[in-house]
Amino acid sequence: MDAIPTTAVGELNEIARQMRLDILEMTTKAGSGHPSSSFSATEIVTALYFGGVLRYRPDEPLWPERDRFIMSKGHAAPLLYAALARAGYIERNLIWTLREVDSPVQGHPIQNVLPGVEATTGSLGQGLSAGVGHVLGGRLNRFDYRVYVLLGDGECEAGQVWEAAMSAAHFKADNLVAILDYNKYQETGPISREMALEPLAQKWQSFGWHVEEADGHDMADLLAKFDAVRMVKGQPSIIIAHTIKGKGVSFVEADFTFHGRALTPQQAELAREELHGTR
Amino acid sequence: MELGKLAGLKPYPQPLRNVFGEALLNVARDNEKVVVLDGDLGNSTKTEYVRQTFPDRFFNIGIAESNLVGIGAGLAACGFVPWITSFSSFLLCNAYDQIRLAVAMSNINAKVLGSHGGITLGKDGPTQMGIEDLALMGGLPTFVILVPSDPASMHAAVKAATDYVGPVFLRSSRVALPEIYPMNDCPFEIGKANVVRQGRDLTIVACGIMVAAALDAAAVLAQEGIAARVLDMHTIRPMDVAALAAAARETGAIVTAEEHLLQGGMGSNVARVVAEQHPVPMRFVGLADTYTESGDPDDLLRKYKLTAVDIAAAAREAYAAKTRQ
Repeated sequence: MDAIPTTAVGELNEIARQMRLDILEMTTKAGSGHPSSSFSATEIVTALYFGGVLRYRPDEPLWPERDRFIMSKGHAAPLLYAALARAGYIERNLIWTLREVDSPVQGHPIQNVLPGVEATTGSLGQGLSAGVGHVLGGRLNRFDYRVYVLLGDGECEAGQVWEAAMSAAHFKADNLVAILDYNKYQETGPISREMALEPLAQKWQSFGWHVEEADGHDMADLLAKFDAVRMVKGQPSIIIAHTIKGKGVSFVEADFTFHGRALTPQQAELAREELHGTR
Repeated sequence: MELGKLAGLKPYPQPLRNVFGEALLNVARDNEKVVVLDGDLGNSTKTEYVRQTFPDRFFNIGIAESNLVGIGAGLAACGFVPWITSFSSFLLCNAYDQIRLAVAMSNINAKVLGSHGGITLGKDGPTQMGIEDLALMGGLPTFVILVPSDPASMHAAVKAATDYVGPVFLRSSRVALPEIYPMNDCPFEIGKANVVRQGRDLTIVACGIMVAAALDAAAVLAQEGIAARVLDMHTIRPMDVAALAAAARETGAIVTAEEHLLQGGMGSNVARVVAEQHPVPMRFVGLADTYTESGDPDDLLRKYKLTAVDIAAAAREAYAAKTRQ
C-alpha cells in the first residue's frame, strides 16, 4: 500500500456509511461503547485511511516509515477498529468481539495489543504528546512520514493537550497534523455550557499552529484541507472539523446522552434502516 | 555520623546524581538509540552531561511532565530507548496517568528516572521529596523498579536498565553515597539481591542509601555478638523471592530499611514474600505516615529515624523476638 490510491468522493462516502454500520453493530452487540462519538469522526477517519491521506502497510503494521494515525479520543475506538479491519490490519471477524474477555479489541485502544493501534488512549489528553514523540523520532531516523492525531473537543479541556501543542510548535513539527472532531458536546452536555472552549481557532493560532477549518462530514472539503496542510512549513497544523455528534442517525444526533451508551437492539434496527436509506 | 564509616566504607567524592549523569552518558555513548528527555532539571539530575555531548539526542520538554512522558513514549514506539527524567516527586505525581497508560499498560521500552528520591535532598523541603515513589511505581504492573545503593551499582543499574527491554524505573539520590562495591566489579542482575554481608542471626534487607546504613548497623551489632546478614535489595520488582526465603529460613528474623514511606514501599513488599515463604519476626525502618521538612540531610535522617542507630535498634527487637519463639 505504498502508492496512494485515488478513490472518488462518492466511494468514500459509501465506505463511511459502511463504517457507521460496523460501529453500530459492534457497539450494540457489545451492549456498550461510544457510537455517537465514533459517528461524528467517521468521514475524517475514512478520508485518512481510504482517501489516500495516510501511507501505510497493513501487513507490516510497524513499518518504520509509515504515516502515523493516533486516536487520541480513545472512546471512538469502534471507529478505529472499523477502519483497521477495512484497511486489512486485522481480521474483520475480530471486531465483533469488541469489549469481550480474551479479545484484543479492548473498550479503548491498547498499544501493542492490536496491530495498527499507535498509542494507548482512553484517558483523554494524551495522544498529541505521543504524536510529538513520533515527530522527533522520525526526525532522528531521517524519515519523512507524517503524523495525524484525532482530538476530541472536550479533550481540549485537558492541560496536556496544550503542553503538547506548545512543544509541537517549539519543535516546528510541520509533519504533525491534529484533527479536532468539533461536535460541540462532551459527556455531560454542550461544551459551551460545561466548559467554554471558544475562541478555539485563536487558541491554536496563538500556540503557533496553522489552523484550517472544515466541514467534518464533507469528504471533498476534508481531502482539500489535508492537501492544504501538506504545504505548511515550520509549524504544526490543525484542522478544526465541524461535526455533528451521532451523525448519520437522526435520533442519536438529537440526543447527546448517547455519548457513552450503545443503541439497544430495537434502536439499532431503526438506525440500520436510516443508514441503509430504507427509512 | 558519616554514612558507611562504621562499616569501613570508602566515601565517594561525587553525589549519586552526578554518578547517574556519568552512567547515562556512558550508555548514550554505547547505544545510539538512547535518547534523553528532561523536565527542565537537567542541571540537577545531571542529564546535562548528555545534553553537552549528544545535543541531538537530548530534548528539554520543559516544565510539563505529562507531555514529557507522552513524547518519550512516542520515541520508544519509534525504536528509541528514551530515558524520561526529572525529580521523582514531580514526574510520578504529575504524570502518573501518562506513565500508567503510555508506558506501563503499553509495555513499551522506556526508562523513567526518579531523581532526588527520599528525604536526603534536604533543604528544598517536602514538596520536592519523593517519599512515595516506590509505592506509586508498585501500582504499575509491568515496571521493573531499581534502587541502586552506591556509585558502582548506579553504573551497573543504568546499563542493566538500558539493556533490558521493557519499562524500568530507577531511583537516584542527591547525596553522595560511600562505595559498597568495587567500581567496575559490581554484580548486578535485575531481580537478584546482593548479599553484601554474611550473617546467621538475622537479615537486614535494605535499598538505596539505607544499604550503607545497614552495613554500619551490622558493624555495631557484631560488637554485641549479633551476626547480621545484609541484603542489597536493589530490585524492588521483580523481588528476589529466593534470597528472601533463604534469609528467613537461615537467619530467622528480618529487618527492612528504606528511605521511603513504610506504606507500599520495599518493606511491605518484603513482608508479603516472607509471610508467604517462611514467616519470621520482622521489623520495619522507614517513614511512618508522615511528610518531613526542610533541613540538613543528616539532621533529617536522625529526626525521622532512618539511621544505622535506628536499624540496629530494630534489629535487636527482631532478634529478641526470634529468640523468644
